[in-house]
Amino acid sequence: MPLYTLGAGQVAAGVKSREFSAEEYIQQLLERIEKVEPKVNAFVTINKGAIEHARTIDKKIRDGEQAGPLAGVAVSIKDNICTKGIRTTCASRMLESFVPPYDATVVTRLQDAGAIVIGKANLDEFAMGSTTEFSRYGTTRNPWDISRVPGGSSGGSAASVAAQECAASLGSDAGGSVRCPASFCSVVGMKPTYGLISRYGLVSYANSLEQVGPIGRTVSDVVSVLNAIAGADENDHTTVGGKPVYTLQERKGLRVGLVREFIEDTDPAVAKMILRAMDTLEGQGCKCKETSLESVAYALASYYTIATAEASSNLARYDNVRYGFDMSPEGYEWNSYFAKARSSFGEEAKRRIITGSYVLSSGYYGKYYLKAQQARSLLKDELKALFKSCDVLIGPTMPILPFKIGEKIDDPLKMYLVDIDTVIANLAGMPAISVPAGFVDGLPVGLQLMADEFQEQTILDAAYLFEQAANVRGSPEL
Amino acid sequence: MMEQKMGLEIHCQVTGTKSKLFCKCRCDYRGKAPNANTCPTCLGLPGTLPLLNQKAVEFAGMTSIALGCKVPDEIAFYRKNYFYPDLPKNFQLTQYNAYDITSIGVEGGLEYGDGKSVRIRRVQLEEDPGRLVYDGGNMETSVYALIDYNRAGVPLVEIVTEPDFVDPKEIRLFLDKITSIVEHLGLCGTKLEGSVRCDANVSVGGGKRVEIKNVGSFADVEKAVRYEITRQKTMTSRDLEVRSETRHWDDARKVTKESRTKEEEQDYRYFPEPDIPTVVLGSEFVSSAQRSMPELPDARKVRFVKHGLSAHVAQVLINNKELADFFESAIKFYSSPKEIANWIVTDLMSFVDERQKEQERSMFAGLKVGPEHIADLAKLVDQDTINRATAKQILGLIVRPGEMPSQVAHKTHAGKIDDVSELAQTIDSVFETEHAAVQDATLNPNAINFLLGKVMQATKGRADPKAALEMIQKKLKEV
Ligand SMILES: [Zn+2]
Repeated sequence: MPLYTLGAGQVAAGVKSREFSAEEYIQQLLERIEKVEPKVNAFVTINKGAIEHARTIDKKIRDGEQAGPLAGVAVSIKDNICTKGIRTTCASRMLESFVPPYDATVVTRLQDAGAIVIGKANLDEFAMGSTTEFSRYGTTRNPWDISRVPGGSSGGSAASVAAQECAASLGSDAGGSVRCPASFCSVVGMKPTYGLISRYGLVSYANSLEQVGPIGRTVSDVVSVLNAIAGADENDHTTVGGKPVYTLQERKGLRVGLVREFIEDTDPAVAKMILRAMDTLEGQGCKCKETSLESVAYALASYYTIATAEASSNLARYDNVRYGFDMSPEGYEWNSYFAKARSSFGEEAKRRIITGSYVLSSGYYGKYYLKAQQARSLLKDELKALFKSCDVLIGPTMPILPFKIGEKIDDPLKMYLVDIDTVIANLAGMPAISVPAGFVDGLPVGLQLMADEFQEQTILDAAYLFEQAANVRGSPEL
Repeated sequence: MMEQKMGLEIHCQVTGTKSKLFCKCRCDYRGKAPNANTCPTCLGLPGTLPLLNQKAVEFAGMTSIALGCKVPDEIAFYRKNYFYPDLPKNFQLTQYNAYDITSIGVEGGLEYGDGKSVRIRRVQLEEDPGRLVYDGGNMETSVYALIDYNRAGVPLVEIVTEPDFVDPKEIRLFLDKITSIVEHLGLCGTKLEGSVRCDANVSVGGGKRVEIKNVGSFADVEKAVRYEITRQKTMTSRDLEVRSETRHWDDARKVTKESRTKEEEQDYRYFPEPDIPTVVLGSEFVSSAQRSMPELPDARKVRFVKHGLSAHVAQVLINNKELADFFESAIKFYSSPKEIANWIVTDLMSFVDERQKEQERSMFAGLKVGPEHIADLAKLVDQDTINRATAKQILGLIVRPGEMPSQVAHKTHAGKIDDVSELAQTIDSVFETEHAAVQDATLNPNAINFLLGKVMQATKGRADPKAALEMIQKKLKEV
């Protein structure tokens, strides 16, 4: 079996037992990347230092030093997470030549655990989108059907894992950006509780909603990556708690609630698959029931109000003065220079900046932003109440199957609607995971599981239980 | 009746804390190479997050308490969004009174001058922007501007008053008091260039409010306000409409000028900073701040008066922390508070070079005299070693080089002449040169004072007048 097919756990074990070297493994991966990238386009940048890094890990192992739980494991990093010395573009012209002078905390922690950054994964510009079509570096294609979108905005992350171009990936999730592509690409993707993972070095899109999240081909790999990155960080005041350690456990008797609203308005084929998933969980000893979450009705409006408001302010700094792209300020008055430089944002980024500026403008703040925050706490309260009688809530990650590239790109509202089931976890700050549930006509369906704040272990237990029972395996032919 | 109303907005850099408001860069950016005092956070690089400096919060809390403000249990930071090249993130992190969350201080009041008082609307903590350096001196005359972010992120405490001033003179008195308070708190080294700045707003006869920005020094605020009052009154008397606007103080021409940017129309799109969770100060914050607060000027004045100082002298001292500190150090060398205070307030102050004082922002600019010297001087006078006139002369000699008065007195033989033979010799020589006066004095006892004057002159005042008079009288009898 080629080394590139191995999961994170297998790679670390193989490298540490010197069954194969990290260098051999990375070499094979780079060949794999060269072969499949023309079809998938998951990467913006390949790390030229990956081989060199692999050699230092091999040397550590030869010298009998600790090489870490992820020794030699190749990880792709979404290109909105800063990597020291490797350019971080956010798939935007505005950061075309931005090379961060520092690593994000999550990158430092992965490397401390022995992982190797293989490259920077494609995304929708500044993580704004659900298809990875809004990238300056071309659309990423779904490895299961390259005429279809991989989901987004962490489309490059999920596609690179599905296409076996790396063992695991870090994405970011403000409204479903890890879980949506995980679902469309049939891999496991998790959005942890707000505050569990440091955002230091994650280029902000919607600060109060987003978290960095791990993507892997198995729940086990997601646990390994999560253990490496989770825990409070002194560089991010919004992180809380200490340093948790998650395990893989067989847990029986979980109370599972299927959210009725998640099934309504969903593609019937997807809904059927989710109902089957509930049966599977019941077969594993879970106590399943149907339940309701009424404030879902406010979720999308609330999400897009808060996210665009924050984004409009976060993206203000991109004025091409301190970093950016090649454009001489000669002959411009500063205001016109800013305007000219900022016209380089893509369509979706512009749309969200304008929307966000509008909802924050004086006279509208109370009507939109404040109201959205009220809806947000309403939703959170309702969920908190539900979690008194349920350990996990389930539903489809995406209400539809992966669609054709270009199909929704001209209709922003239709595009926003696909986020209906994922934004809830972000608004409530609660953890959620997407695990492969099966295929409909060869296209992946993902099962979403949600739990109360900091109940990551419960979610992982449920996801592992389902993964083992459902046995959705396989890799796309590329 | 064209009554005017004025309010102030004062910005003090929190130089008392070592680091910037949201990163570990140092606060003392002065004299550093442009952009050397920066890090990814204060440059607003993508992915960086603000880390709140707790010490700055404590300083802002103490300022609020000193200005009689209410301090809430929770405070939050807001983003003030606007584009300007000196703002690395194109928003400023500041505070905002809205939605049940207020600035660190609200609804305060301060007494100043002689029984005057002003209401304090709010005290808030925010970050300083960077600095634009124009090649041609200012925006209008420059082809390009250079940006220096060394200052970006330095904590600022903003103090906003209600428009309670009616006389420009009050503004000067109030600013003296504020300066003294922030100096006493250790909040702000007001002597540092640009560490305190003041904007003013002026309205005349209930008319539109005009803001004056860019006033470089506290001393100029009064001038700017006076100019603006005259301008508005002149316009009103000519039936011209005074517009609500922001004007800039032109330091060179000493006038206020219309601003090019229409700041009034800006919509700052305030919203809470998501990266800084609400700061819970808690009920202990105020009491613990009060406990750790240094002595404030008013309390210090009371203490000085207990030392025997007059209220006036004590007020002059506490108006300027530098003077008050000088006084306190001096009385440690020699405990004669009243004498020392008088030397400082009446005599030492006359040596202050006003121009140099403004330039170097120190009362003692160009003077090396220290508390130990003034203490020594007071001791010489107290112990009758030298008379007051001599002491003044000695002060003149030592104030710049900073020497010990007792040593100077010794070197110049300025001490009183105790030696009878030395005094007798001087009297002899006066009698020799002043024949006519000696003759007069033998007939007219009042003329004796002329001879005494001559003796005092010859001894440069060092002779004991009583002893000298007795000796002259004795010698006259011998003639
Ligand atoms: Zn800094």
